[in-house]
Amino acid sequence: MSSKKSVHEILEDEDFKSLSAQKDSISITLTILELVLYFGFIALIAFNKPFLAQKMGGEGATTIGIPIAVGTIIFSWVFTGIYIFWANSKYDSLVRKVKDKVGG
Amino acid sequence: MPQAQQTAQAAQTMIGQANPTAIMFFVLFVLITLGITWWAAKRTRTTKDFYAAGRSITGFQNGLALAGDYMSAASFLGIAGLVSTKGYDGLIYSVGWLVGWPIVMFLISEPLRNLGKYTFADVVAYRLNQRPIRAAAAAGSLVVVLTYLIAQMVGAGTLIKLMFGLPFELAIVITGGLMISYVLFGGMIATTWVQIIKAVLLLGGATLLVILTLNKFNFSYTNLFNQAASATPLGQKFLEPGGLVTSPIDAFSLGLALMFGTAGLPHILMRFYTVPDAKAARKSVFVATGFIGYFYILTVTIGFGAAVLVGQKVITGIDAGGNMAGPLLAEALGGNLFLGFLSAVAFATILAVVSGLTLAGASAFSHDLFVGVIRRGQASEKDEVKVAKIATVGLGVTAILLGILFKGQNVAFLVGLTFAIAASANFPALVMSIMWKKFTTAGAVTSIYTGLIVAVILLILSPTVWVDIVHKSEAAAVTKQVKTIEEAVKAKTAEIEKQKLPGLDPARVAEIDAAIAAVKKDAEPQIKTAKEQMPKAIFPLKNPGIYSMFAAFFVGILVSLMSPDKVAEAKFEGEKLREYIGIGAED
Repeated sequence: MSSKKSVHEILEDEDFKSLSAQKDSISITLTILELVLYFGFIALIAFNKPFLAQKMGGEGATTIGIPIAVGTIIFSWVFTGIYIFWANSKYDSLVRKVKDKVGG
Repeated sequence: MPQAQQTAQAAQTMIGQANPTAIMFFVLFVLITLGITWWAAKRTRTTKDFYAAGRSITGFQNGLALAGDYMSAASFLGIAGLVSTKGYDGLIYSVGWLVGWPIVMFLISEPLRNLGKYTFADVVAYRLNQRPIRAAAAAGSLVVVLTYLIAQMVGAGTLIKLMFGLPFELAIVITGGLMISYVLFGGMIATTWVQIIKAVLLLGGATLLVILTLNKFNFSYTNLFNQAASATPLGQKFLEPGGLVTSPIDAFSLGLALMFGTAGLPHILMRFYTVPDAKAARKSVFVATGFIGYFYILTVTIGFGAAVLVGQKVITGIDAGGNMAGPLLAEALGGNLFLGFLSAVAFATILAVVSGLTLAGASAFSHDLFVGVIRRGQASEKDEVKVAKIATVGLGVTAILLGILFKGQNVAFLVGLTFAIAASANFPALVMSIMWKKFTTAGAVTSIYTGLIVAVILLILSPTVWVDIVHKSEAAAVTKQVKTIEEAVKAKTAEIEKQKLPGLDPARVAEIDAAIAAVKKDAEPQIKTAKEQMPKAIFPLKNPGIYSMFAAFFVGILVSLMSPDKVAEAKFEGEKLREYIGIGAED
């Protein structure tokens, strides 16, 4: 095995295939989750306002809609955190492995 | 809260006057940023310095700068105002501004950094024909930059007039002059630091304001919401979704434009070239999303706090749109000093955003149009930087003139248009070029122009422009006519109502009620006829995002399949390697 591979050979390499497949599936899964999160929230506003208008219980005036809206913001950030965690702990080492094979 | 209301009454006299504290803080900001620009000018020689700050910005710094590039004064003052007057509906709006960021992270930031050099057109053109792609992408970028610049400039003039008491034109000239200076002399290095300083000031100022606000509520959000519900005329409805979202498809369309528009804004995309590698690009999105999300939560808190502590009457008395809710709250809680500080921060906020926009516009002009299209990729660094600087001055002067030209116009629709175009012209072409092997030059070019043209035409035909602007006087006349009829009915029924004396025979009361009902019923056809005269929009949705974005994807896919390009397909392997592991990425 030579130390330097052609572009085509790297693309056929098992490590590269697994790296790109993992990255695609994580990116697409998280994108879909984000879409479900946000458009789920929009759908609630459009189709089920009474649900969001429910009081949180107790004496307070706070409605369920408030933590749901703030939660949409916080979860969006958490999703980016999940991606970062995965990329830093797994993706980077896979990239290094493939780069070593290319000799670059 | 009698005490707070008293303070707020006093606030009425301060806002809109020349405020020495505000001017002092602002001059301090200008001196510091001009100092940085002078320092940056000595470090700005090559194209890499001018467009990308020499790729020397760290992931964390770029995260702050992205936040500074994105958080506009319009969203700070506007969302706080919307929440203070409309309650929960303002909160819905703020969520939409954040949700594009995860999409930027998952689909765009790393491939963009690995594949491109200075503009997003670099990525789209990576394996396609340079000239047509660069011309189309530059058109998309420049239209987005110009519409957003006009919206920001007009907003700047109005806000600065309100907060500093400066004339509209002078405010715009100061904003434009400073923006040109930062970009012209300090390029991306100065722009980045202006954005970082602004982000820190804005986040710090908003945090302090929220702490002072929550202090009035024993640091309990439950207390804040309880009082918000009892202090406003809407009552409990203040905490429920209201009239902002009526039609599901309208809400969906606006949501799509906000979400994918964020991922297609040229001044945001450009920032990913300022970091050394894809890892730093990814980190900067995480940092930016955190800060921007935190900022919107603060802004919403400020809005609810202002509704209670300042009162809606005072807020809308100063500015009908509620834009002064935040500054009024600052004055009520921290006096003139805090008001002055926050006003200066709002000014700085505008400067950071318009500088980022100008730089993105200049790069589209110079890197894509001049080098890519006119010189066919053959131009010296010196020429490219020179053209970028000429474009900076040209764009800056255009922005000043358009800002003054649009004085007093309703430009809120321009923000919606900006996001719709970014989501339709820029995002589909960018994402397809990254992900789809069979994407072709013809597909990309037609996709970009389709998104651009469909978004602009549909917005002109939408209620936002067709009814609210083109047929403004007719719409106002109808509203007035309906109001006149309704008032006449009200007067008539009140007259009849007077006959209801205490101790009246129940049968007589029923007669009176019947008479009132009859008057109301008589007026119904009149109102209906009047309302039929209301000008109707040709396109029903307020934001065209859903149609223009899908049209861009559809045309891009269809045309690509009809014009297979074997050369571009063959180059996809190399693109894939570079996209995933960064081999060959610009350093």
